[in-house]
Amino acid sequence: MQKRCKGNRDLLPQDMASFRYVEEAFRSSCLKWGYEEIRTPTLEYLHLFTSTGTLTPSMLSKVYSFLDWDGWSGERVVLRPDGTIPTARLYIESLPQASPAKLFYVENIFSFEETGKESRERWQCGAEMLGSSSPSADVELIMLAQEIIGRLGISSTALYLSHAGLIRSLLRELSPDPAEQSRIFDQIMDGNAAEMMRTVATGNPRLKDSLSLLFDLNGSSPGFIQNVKATLIRDFPRLEASVDDFLAIAQLLTDMGCSYQVDMALGKGFEYYTGVIFRFQLGAQKLGGGGRYDDLIPLMGGGDVAACGFALDIDHLATVSKGPDNSRSTILIRAEDSGRIDKVIFETADLLRQAGYRADLDQGYTGATKHKWILSIRGEKGKPGFVLTDQSSGKTTELDAISEILGILQVANATKTGPS
Amino acid sequence: MQLKLALPKGQLLQETSTLLHRSGLEVSGYDEQSRSYRPECRSLPSVFLKVFNEKDIPIQVAVGNYDLGICGQDWVEELLAKYPSSALVKIQDLGYGRKDLCMAASKTAGIRSIDKLNGRAENIRIATEYPNLAEAFALARRFKRFAIFPLWGGAEAYPPESADLALVSETPDSPVNHDLVSVGTVLQSRAYLVAHRPSWESKNMRPLLDPICASAGKMQPSAEKARPAGASQDSPCLERHQDSDAVRLAVADGHQQKPTIEFLARAGIEVSEDPRNPRRPAINLDRVNVKVIRPQDMPLQVANGNFDLAITGEDWLADHLYKFPSSPVKKILTLGFGRVRIVAVVSKKSPFESPQDFRAPLRRQDITTLRIASEYVNIADKYARDNHLSPCRLIPTWGASEAFLPEDADMLIENTQTGRTLAQHGLRIIDTLFESSACLIAGTQPAASAKEKRIADIIQRLERTFKES
Repeated sequence: MQKRCKGNRDLLPQDMASFRYVEEAFRSSCLKWGYEEIRTPTLEYLHLFTSTGTLTPSMLSKVYSFLDWDGWSGERVVLRPDGTIPTARLYIESLPQASPAKLFYVENIFSFEETGKESRERWQCGAEMLGSSSPSADVELIMLAQEIIGRLGISSTALYLSHAGLIRSLLRELSPDPAEQSRIFDQIMDGNAAEMMRTVATGNPRLKDSLSLLFDLNGSSPGFIQNVKATLIRDFPRLEASVDDFLAIAQLLTDMGCSYQVDMALGKGFEYYTGVIFRFQLGAQKLGGGGRYDDLIPLMGGGDVAACGFALDIDHLATVSKGPDNSRSTILIRAEDSGRIDKVIFETADLLRQAGYRADLDQGYTGATKHKWILSIRGEKGKPGFVLTDQSSGKTTELDAISEILGILQVANATKTGPS
Repeated sequence: MQLKLALPKGQLLQETSTLLHRSGLEVSGYDEQSRSYRPECRSLPSVFLKVFNEKDIPIQVAVGNYDLGICGQDWVEELLAKYPSSALVKIQDLGYGRKDLCMAASKTAGIRSIDKLNGRAENIRIATEYPNLAEAFALARRFKRFAIFPLWGGAEAYPPESADLALVSETPDSPVNHDLVSVGTVLQSRAYLVAHRPSWESKNMRPLLDPICASAGKMQPSAEKARPAGASQDSPCLERHQDSDAVRLAVADGHQQKPTIEFLARAGIEVSEDPRNPRRPAINLDRVNVKVIRPQDMPLQVANGNFDLAITGEDWLADHLYKFPSSPVKKILTLGFGRVRIVAVVSKKSPFESPQDFRAPLRRQDITTLRIASEYVNIADKYARDNHLSPCRLIPTWGASEAFLPEDADMLIENTQTGRTLAQHGLRIIDTLFESSACLIAGTQPAASAKEKRIADIIQRLERTFKES
């Protein structure tokens, strides 16, 4: 038996229905908010991801890189490991005049996972705003993501906030060596923030206390950030700009009635963040997140363009969402006498589809089927007769015309959501 | 229960032979003079031994063809750098075969420290026999942009003209080329005993492990030799006059070197070896530089503009172009010497008379996967596709390919002059893919006008000589 590649998975009909459900909720929200859809290629040059120094070594060690048919120059290509960097590349290459550009995508990303038990291909839906540095842009993206999660019927999600700019500023104050700053930031972005900060502050009890207030405690209001500001700015006045940016975002979110927790230690694996970082979780499960990355486009040679964005994990969302609406009526149409599909059956199915129903021709189903209705058609002296069976109740009705069928279906659906 | 042990040929052979002797395993047929690939262990008849090129051993053990293997740690790490989930367990450092892998730059390049390269936006070209380790190194060092040129050998010849860095190995007997300076150690390697993970988890391998591991402690470490640490050493920055308009000609090392030099001599081109620098011989032509590199590496190097002309084999040009069809390299002349046939080979005991004979058993799944071993990976890949040989697994080899049949491969794509060596190893030719001889290759883009005339002169001389021969 042929098997699929290790570390990859098939999406079965039910998986695809859930996938499309999430995708549709995401796409329609993005379009309503004025975002435009893009799609970048699956293959990108490896140097796109190495040249900006914006993926941590831990992520880079898991990229699928290889020499393709054009690889004689040693130029390696990768199966894209991230959606944001290709979007930034697309913006610089094709949309440099758009400011701000509000873009969204639904794309797969690839990352090697050693055991092969987790999928090495993951689907994500992301939105990016390129060309705005305002805290309100960050808030817009957070609210958009929250709306999408809400539309999927996922409740009790938690929003966590951190601020990469604040961490970077702090590191600059604590360590004069840029290489050391970069190493520590890598560690923090790989999820070891609290431990790293404790190590940095070894031998300075006062600093250790201040860092502990920042990294060990979780706040849930602008007041927390105000308190942190009061303790940290005394020692590090140059942190003020970052703290104020963080404060402005937190305040606007609070004003919008959006609840959140400040967790400075939330790691993400992406070194391109420069401002607020946010993540949505359901219990311990990460649903997605994003942040501000004002240095990425300048590093890529695209000029001084501020940007922020988020990506949601479709695979996770599909698992926890309430799922697609299955109330739409599906009708199985079969020939009662001969079992042969003829012109009348095609025409009947067509009329039902035009009325908004799913009409499935019976090409040889065996046993019980999942259809809500079964419509049997028999030919009587050139005039067709219909028998409509409601599979859930077992009720059977003999009918002479399509209009009668539609009448019954409409009445039955009136108590539900109706055809779409 | 049979245990299978893969043994290295080449540099580790002598010391591994000593290790086996000291361990009390009575092994015969494993020495420099032996032509057999299958030594015998008289004290443990149930042990099957086979000799491979060292580089092949980690792969053979990882795929489960052998329970245990002895090879340099460098090749183990090269495999694990790309395939960390390989079923390979490192069992024991055997204490000999010291080899350091270091990233080296030309002394003329002024690269004193690897850190200087971190922020460089231009492409950093790395030539190496260890492409996976080189890529891992470049990623860990956060090089912004780099290109790895995988080589069959002779990496030390590449900097500074053809590469910025070379990941090279040095041993106490063979220190890094005096033109190069090490700017960082990637790995300190020794001979290692490795095991196939499922064998390690399920088989009792003590009959082999006990004597080998006990003797390993008695092996003398290879002489430690102080190596100049490039980063800290104040190495003199030698000025090499680089003539950018000089014609760059590549000639083959190994067994093709002698006929190539003889052919050039007949064309009035005298290439004379410089014992101090064997990879950069002198030539009697004005403003022409010669470099000696592996013929396998030439098409890629010419495509990348590192040489104007190269004398390689048509087989290696075909292998390159099958992999990279858009590669800007082409054949200029057939030179006629070094003629071989590229053939498909099976064991004499195999019932198959042609490649087509494999199709039915593959369809019926009597053969679940056809294993094709070859140095010519891309030629073999195309051959399998063209002949509908599927499913098939290609086993890249680095020499001694005939050892693979019949135990570790079903078919071999190999070159042969007369077929006698293949026959001596119990092999039979079932198909000829094509004939190949030495050829002159060049890039498809026109050369700089300043050297166009000198290139044309070399081509004319070689063409005339070929016609006269």
